[in-house]
Amino acid sequence: MSVTTPNRYDVADRAPFRIADLLLRWETILVLLLATVIAFNTYISPYFLDIYNLSDATFNFSEKAIVALAMALLIVSRDIDLSVAAIIAVASLAMGEASVAGASTPMLILIGLAVGAACGAFNGALVTGFGLPSIVVTIGTMSLFRGLAQVVLEDQAITKYPPSFAAIGQGYLAKGVPIPISFTTFLILAAIFAYVLHRTLIGRRIFAQGNNPVAARFSGIPVDRIRFWLFVLTGTMAGLAAVFLTARIGSTRPNIALGFELEAVTMVVLGGVSITGGSGTIPGVVLAVFVLGLTTFGLSLVNVPGIVINVLNGSLLIAAISLPIIARRLLGKRA
Amino acid sequence: MQTNRRNLLKIAAAGAIGSALPFGFAGNAFAANKRIAMVVKNLGNTYFDACAEGAKQAAAELGGIDIIYTASTKPTAEEQIAVLDALVAQKVDGLIISANDPSALIPVCKKAAERGIKVISFDSAVAQEGRIMHLNPSSTALIGAKQVQMIAKTLGGKGEVAILSAASTMTNQNSWIEAMKEEWKKPEYKDMPLVTTVYGDDQDDKSYREMQGLVKSFPNLKGVISPTTIGIRSGAKAIVDGGLAGKIFITGLGLPSEMKDYVLKGACDTFAIWNPIEYGYAATMVLGSILNGADAGPGKTVKMGKKGEAMVADNGEAAMGEPFVFDKSNVEKFAKIF
Repeated sequence: MSVTTPNRYDVADRAPFRIADLLLRWETILVLLLATVIAFNTYISPYFLDIYNLSDATFNFSEKAIVALAMALLIVSRDIDLSVAAIIAVASLAMGEASVAGASTPMLILIGLAVGAACGAFNGALVTGFGLPSIVVTIGTMSLFRGLAQVVLEDQAITKYPPSFAAIGQGYLAKGVPIPISFTTFLILAAIFAYVLHRTLIGRRIFAQGNNPVAARFSGIPVDRIRFWLFVLTGTMAGLAAVFLTARIGSTRPNIALGFELEAVTMVVLGGVSITGGSGTIPGVVLAVFVLGLTTFGLSLVNVPGIVINVLNGSLLIAAISLPIIARRLLGKRA
Repeated sequence: MQTNRRNLLKIAAAGAIGSALPFGFAGNAFAANKRIAMVVKNLGNTYFDACAEGAKQAAAELGGIDIIYTASTKPTAEEQIAVLDALVAQKVDGLIISANDPSALIPVCKKAAERGIKVISFDSAVAQEGRIMHLNPSSTALIGAKQVQMIAKTLGGKGEVAILSAASTMTNQNSWIEAMKEEWKKPEYKDMPLVTTVYGDDQDDKSYREMQGLVKSFPNLKGVISPTTIGIRSGAKAIVDGGLAGKIFITGLGLPSEMKDYVLKGACDTFAIWNPIEYGYAATMVLGSILNGADAGPGKTVKMGKKGEAMVADNGEAAMGEPFVFDKSNVEKFAKIF
């Protein structure tokens, strides 16, 4: 065979392009899946392909999706944050208390982001400072943060928010343009996250430490510092999600955003990010957000019970994790 | 010429059929049933299943109405909003909602109203600006008082009593507890103190553990009031499992089918509930009349079919009737129904 053996001193920037690789890419499968979901939903419900309905549907997943973006970076770097939903509860609580005290809308947004960042920093400090596994730390802070909200709120809800604040969560980009602010924010953030992860030095470092933190450390990458800031970033994104969610529903209850953390992790893993770290793409996560969001919306349109939708989403997730492994094994044996 | 004319006829005929077809379909679409969606707090709750059964009975009686019975999987406001969004997108004709959060649902309910969907609430109210009216099963004061009266009758007015509620955020449980405390102020309950209120979050395992905790923390505990169907069945199970039947009694709001065994085993003397089948029926009847143009604003009277009529108060709420008490004598009969 006349395959040119590459010089062992040549290090390619990226793997050589091959059609088979493109077809076998997880993103390609997700695009097909998304197309199937859209076609199926259009077939089962005449109300699906309606720009107003679709834009309304994005309200219900944009907040989770924003959290999922940061979660993707965290999982790529071999960490996880299960306390994000609880952070949303604490950030929402802080905004509620501030609103009752008479804070203005920009102030409320700032408070939401700051509290989220502070909670993230607390997680990051525990993980990097004491060398504790992130899954254990964040299971702990999940109860801690949510407990805090429950202790302060008890059975009360804070519902006093200024109208201009509500407009952020319920509003559209402009009058007559049916694109929600929260969804637009998600798209812009997705572009930024994709650029940072796939086109910058920081992104390469996150992949490197996700693949092998020890080797990354010996290569001069400040592994723990990056991990810390990723937790702060995730907390801040949870804070941002809290701003949108609280503004949208205009109410802070102790059970706000209950279960969001697992939905965010589901989006990330279905998006092709390896749960063991080191690989994954932001476009994949964005596609998974649409697959899950539109599946849920489409099935709700024909009144499939939420429990059944959960079963379906669970099956999708298991398929997402197991199919590549099975495929690799089959292909591996043949090769 | 002739063939041409024939072809023309054919084309004309085909055109007539072709244009008639869509009209035929459109006619069907107009004649199609009106759709009423009953959106409850969460699925897997036999109480709401019974309400939905009643809604279907009302739909059958009214004719030309389809009932969509649905809920979110988690009892949170944001999940319920997602479900409501999907129903608004389908352009259903009416919504009957049991709210997970009275104020959080206002925007989506207003959106529904803007698109011509009639919104009423039952069981757990949507805030007034979000709905046309709210149908209560009974009045909060009556429900609260009834539960205190039942446990007082069982205990002879003596002994420590605790409350085992649903989640601390549940609007209706909290208002019933307020009403209980109001009743408790009366002098005849002076030997029957309320020692604590615990929350089982409407989960069987948590309610069971909270009940066990109550028994441990309050050795002199004689009675428990649980104003939730899940709390009372789990609490009663904990009493039976702990061999405490006859020593501690539970009462509250329960379903006959779930409470039958515990009543017969002596863990529960009496319990009450309105008939959820009738409740779902009455709410659907009210919405049915609103869809037919009836006014259900404050001061108006709404018709509830065979449940009679109810007056809408200034706060936009109406009451269906009084809670109904179950004991050894009738629980087996009703257990077969709901």
